[in-house]
Amino acid sequence: MTATRFTTDHEYVRVDGDIGVVGVTDYAQSQLGDIVFIELPSVGKKIAKGEQLATIESVKAASELFSPVSGEVVEVNGELDTSPALVNEDPLGAGWFVKLRLSEPDELADLLDEDAYQTHVNTL
Amino acid sequence: MSNLAVTEAPPGRVPLDALHRRLGARIVPFAGYDMPLHYPAGIVAEHLHTREKAGLFDVSHMGQAILAGAGAAQLLETLAPADLIELAPERTRYTQLLDDSGGILDDLMATRLPGRDERLFLVVNAATKVQDFALIARKLPQLALHVQQTRAMLALQGPRAVDALKGLLPGVEELSFMEWRALDYEGAGIYVTRSGYTGEDGFEISLPAAIAEGFALRLLDHPDVGPVGLGARDSLRLEAGLCLYGHDIDATTDPVDAGLVFSIGKRRRDEGGFPGFARIRAALDQGPARLRVGLAPQGKAPVREGAPILASDGRQIGRVTSGGFSPSLARPIAIGYVERALAEPGTSLTTELRGRPIELVVTKLPFVPHRYVHLRKDRT
Repeated sequence: MTATRFTTDHEYVRVDGDIGVVGVTDYAQSQLGDIVFIELPSVGKKIAKGEQLATIESVKAASELFSPVSGEVVEVNGELDTSPALVNEDPLGAGWFVKLRLSEPDELADLLDEDAYQTHVNTL
Repeated sequence: MSNLAVTEAPPGRVPLDALHRRLGARIVPFAGYDMPLHYPAGIVAEHLHTREKAGLFDVSHMGQAILAGAGAAQLLETLAPADLIELAPERTRYTQLLDDSGGILDDLMATRLPGRDERLFLVVNAATKVQDFALIARKLPQLALHVQQTRAMLALQGPRAVDALKGLLPGVEELSFMEWRALDYEGAGIYVTRSGYTGEDGFEISLPAAIAEGFALRLLDHPDVGPVGLGARDSLRLEAGLCLYGHDIDATTDPVDAGLVFSIGKRRRDEGGFPGFARIRAALDQGPARLRVGLAPQGKAPVREGAPILASDGRQIGRVTSGGFSPSLARPIAIGYVERALAEPGTSLTTELRGRPIELVVTKLPFVPHRYVHLRKDRT
């Protein structure tokens, strides 16, 4: 079963079993502008919810991506090394950042579902 | 007798404000004004469009003034190191306002206007315009300084700029780089200089605020012209190796260490007569302690303003003053100051980014060649 959860800071985690695919939302990429470089963590790194997971460099500035959930990095999106613009083009698909093996699945309950996230974006 | 109307608060909105919003610009505060950072196309697309075709920039936030009175050029030479006395009518020159130790208070363009009265048209940076005009009025009370509060300014930059502009203002194609002309447009006076801050051929256009939107819309009707915001203006000038005031140059830098010796008049290097001459003469004779250089960060991560520059022994020898991603070269580029002994192109230096070393290779400026159009040998 797949479900996508969101933070108010515009990160998402798409959950499939005990694996969460983490990235940024379409709203986030539109605010960041043209993304030119992404620094990803190493596979095997253990991340707590709220810790920095990646650095996103746009033409304008550097921003941090904070992990929406706790877990261990099991895969990173190597395509972003040569094509960081994938995040602009397809943030919820080909522009994903990392896959985490969730260590605290209960944290998902604190995140927004798609409707609640959309409502949040509409207030911005 | 000087005009001190410059103490009025800035209006905050440029004449093209409504147009920027209609075009879908992302608006940010800059130097006291709401300015377009980029339009829906985005910074990279706007940057590349300017290099390939023509970009239209609103630079109405910049300060425009006419300095008038007998001896205006000679008197302005007491504040700036350019040769202004020999500047021919309808010619524009780049210079700087200096403080008493030769530090740069601002950089500006000065044009000798035609006509019997001695008048210079000045264009200064937005963030410094109030101080600049106050300084000029205070130091040169025998002249009149007419601040042009009701004029807007557009820049049209790129290889197609001349074709797009000559349809509205016939005659601009006859201008050479840094040449100025007053042209009539539907009864209004427009001042055009073949100049800009992108490294491309192009024009800076001063026009009455009341007609600015209509004029901009007509330019945007041209198939090769697109709107470009401050984001791409910055990446274009960085590729062109040009200084951004408040970043690459400020009161702690002088025209010699900033690599702007070309803008100090030959006569003035010997005669002086401008603030900080002793320090600048010494720097010309002995070489400056440090120099502004281009830096090529190795790898893909942009190195940004404020990053330390380290020699191979780990000693800090300078600082990055501008840095970012070059859309034309698809790699990071930066500008910074380094000790003169380490300023040779090819020198390997380092910086630290998020705790990791990044190699910086000293590189000749500009990163992207200038494409200015010189139709005839400069007369001065």
